[in-house]
Amino acid sequence: MRLRSQTRSLAQTSVLAMVVASFVTGTAASAADLSIVSGAVGRDIEELRKHLDMFEAETGHTVSIVTMPASTTDQFGQYRLWLSAENPDIDVYRVDVIWAPQLANHFVDLTEAAADVVGDHFPAIIESQTVDGRLVALPMFTDAPALYYRTDLLEKHGATPPATWVELTETAQAIMDAERADGNDGIFGFVWQGAAYEGLTCNALEWIKSNGGGQIVEPDGEISVNNENAAEMLDLAATWVGTISPPGVLGYREEEARGVWQLGNAVFMRNWPYAYALSNSDDSAVQGLFGVVPLPTGPSGEQNAATLGGWNLAVSEYSQDKEAAIEMVKFLASAEIQKDRAIETTRLPTIVSLYEDADVLGAQPVIGEWLPIFQEAVPRPSAPTKANYNQVSQEFWTAAHNTLSGNGSGAENLATLERNLMRIRRSGW
Amino acid sequence: MVTATSSLPQAETKAATKSTQLTREKIRAAWIFLTPMILVLLAVAAWPLIRTIWFGFTDARLSVPGSGEWIGFENYLYWLDYGGGDGEWIGILADPTWWRAVYNTVYFTVIAVSIETVLGLIVALVLNAQFAGRGFVRAAILVPWAIPTIVSAKMWDWMLNDQFGILNDLFMMVGLISAPIAWTSSPDTAMWAVIMVDVWKTTPFMALLILAGMQMLPGDIYEAAKVDGVHPVKVFFKVTLPLIKPAIMVAVIFRMLDSLRIFDLIYVLTPNNVQTVTMSVYARQHLFDFDNFAYGSAASTLLFLIIAGTTILYIYAGRVNLSGDK
Repeated sequence: MRLRSQTRSLAQTSVLAMVVASFVTGTAASAADLSIVSGAVGRDIEELRKHLDMFEAETGHTVSIVTMPASTTDQFGQYRLWLSAENPDIDVYRVDVIWAPQLANHFVDLTEAAADVVGDHFPAIIESQTVDGRLVALPMFTDAPALYYRTDLLEKHGATPPATWVELTETAQAIMDAERADGNDGIFGFVWQGAAYEGLTCNALEWIKSNGGGQIVEPDGEISVNNENAAEMLDLAATWVGTISPPGVLGYREEEARGVWQLGNAVFMRNWPYAYALSNSDDSAVQGLFGVVPLPTGPSGEQNAATLGGWNLAVSEYSQDKEAAIEMVKFLASAEIQKDRAIETTRLPTIVSLYEDADVLGAQPVIGEWLPIFQEAVPRPSAPTKANYNQVSQEFWTAAHNTLSGNGSGAENLATLERNLMRIRRSGW
Repeated sequence: MVTATSSLPQAETKAATKSTQLTREKIRAAWIFLTPMILVLLAVAAWPLIRTIWFGFTDARLSVPGSGEWIGFENYLYWLDYGGGDGEWIGILADPTWWRAVYNTVYFTVIAVSIETVLGLIVALVLNAQFAGRGFVRAAILVPWAIPTIVSAKMWDWMLNDQFGILNDLFMMVGLISAPIAWTSSPDTAMWAVIMVDVWKTTPFMALLILAGMQMLPGDIYEAAKVDGVHPVKVFFKVTLPLIKPAIMVAVIFRMLDSLRIFDLIYVLTPNNVQTVTMSVYARQHLFDFDNFAYGSAASTLLFLIIAGTTILYIYAGRVNLSGDK
């Protein structure tokens, strides 16, 4: 019923919009009918719709949202297909920070159009979206994961947030055992993203990097992943599966992990900032009972690591109304909208000044705490591996997934991985 | 035939010309009716197939529009020379992941189709019996087959979930398992979870095809067997089974073709897991996720050849068996 009435009202609105548009065309700049494609976790789509409604009211354009599954790996395949087919139906793509080098040929150069605003953003983020001197996407928000922990449970059992992965293993095990002895049967120590997809690449990169094991492929193109520190951390992570983490973690993505966490069934969770606002919502079992700290450091490492994420907006080269599409991208990336996004859904802004904005810090103080985490975030090797990045990432998450599911040791799987990466590289990336 | 009735040569010749003309007209009409279908088939089946095979011999990439230089068999097998006598074979035929995918696919096909055949046969036997409400049961059993695979896969994905899944809940309640099992993500159970869902979905199809075969059987044989007092089990193995064998063979070949190219179920239930990667999943990954359109096309070509080869082998082996029985 509800769906039908929504569809009807949607149909009515679009008819109305068309009628209005036909009147307006004569006088104002022509109103365009645009579409944006976006994947989603949490409340992403709901929020995007809200911002697009504002955009529609301001400009007279109409925008429809094409939704995608949550898995970034699935989104990418579809986008590549559409772009290669020169699909004119999609005007704006929401793209992951790692996709710029792979899809650059299909996107409009925004350098000129965004010349007035690029200076407001963090230079590193703008640089990550610049390929061969062309700015292919404008940043919407940035991302860096952190360790979520249950303040109530840690206090109850006299523990402090862990600084190393070994400490995390011990604390999680101790609290989980004590809670289970008290009859809390459903509780687990640590949930994270262990499914075989891009998210596991992020998780495993953090383990390895934080243990001094490099970042898979170094900026100069050298394959560095096959080393003792990396193997040590993979082996440690493999001990979590079935002990402090549910066995199903090998199939978890962001939302599955958040599901367990938000029901109050996990002591620790590794997740992105979006989970913060959702965990604090009224229907959450952990509302007001959790805190966030930087991810732990490995036993042989010196510095913790968080993978750099973030989403950007690109205009398709095959859009039939590029000007209106660019207008929309600039609107969604503007300070005003980023501020709203930060306050409502704890998405990290890419505009420097927003980290000192009193409204943002007043509503979500955690945004300020997140600044150092994201500033030191480690990028995935998408720049050095260029068009081969997806294959490199798949080989890496396969090696990690194999180790986690007990299919060979970390050292064995990393040796195989190194050989496979050398094959992919051949003479050069 | 014409020479045999030569008593009325003139009338005969007239009739003959008329019939040839009629035949010719009929053939012409047949061609007119067939042409659109042949054209459509060429456009939607033959042309893409030829294109795919052709792309398999090029270096086409989706990220570089207009690319696609002929490189021969390099996608299939290629000696990568490191210089100084050092080097290694690369290409699909030297890729362990591809062979793993082939193994997974064949393993899945053999197990799933066998179980489906046996279960389908049992269901067909039950549905062939007279009982009240048979029409309703026949319709009801088709429900899994009627649900789109992507929907039933997602449905099972939730039922198999380790934290919220109803399956774990049920099994724990009756005491079959002590802790929840992560059906789709544990390497030991992932393939079996996929097989189970496939069996659930396609057994009705098997049952329906076999049931159709059973209903063609003449009743007098059974009456004769009854008069002779032959045991029902013996009747089944000596009479029913040989007679419905052609129907089973057809059903099996349909299912085999289907499961050799299985994609949707695995894509939803266990995406990207090495334990369940099949040939189709492998090809798709290279076609779209990786920037390897040509390599993926080569994998698709191999998939086509393997399926075609299996089918021919099966039909050939099936015939030999049939004649051997007689």
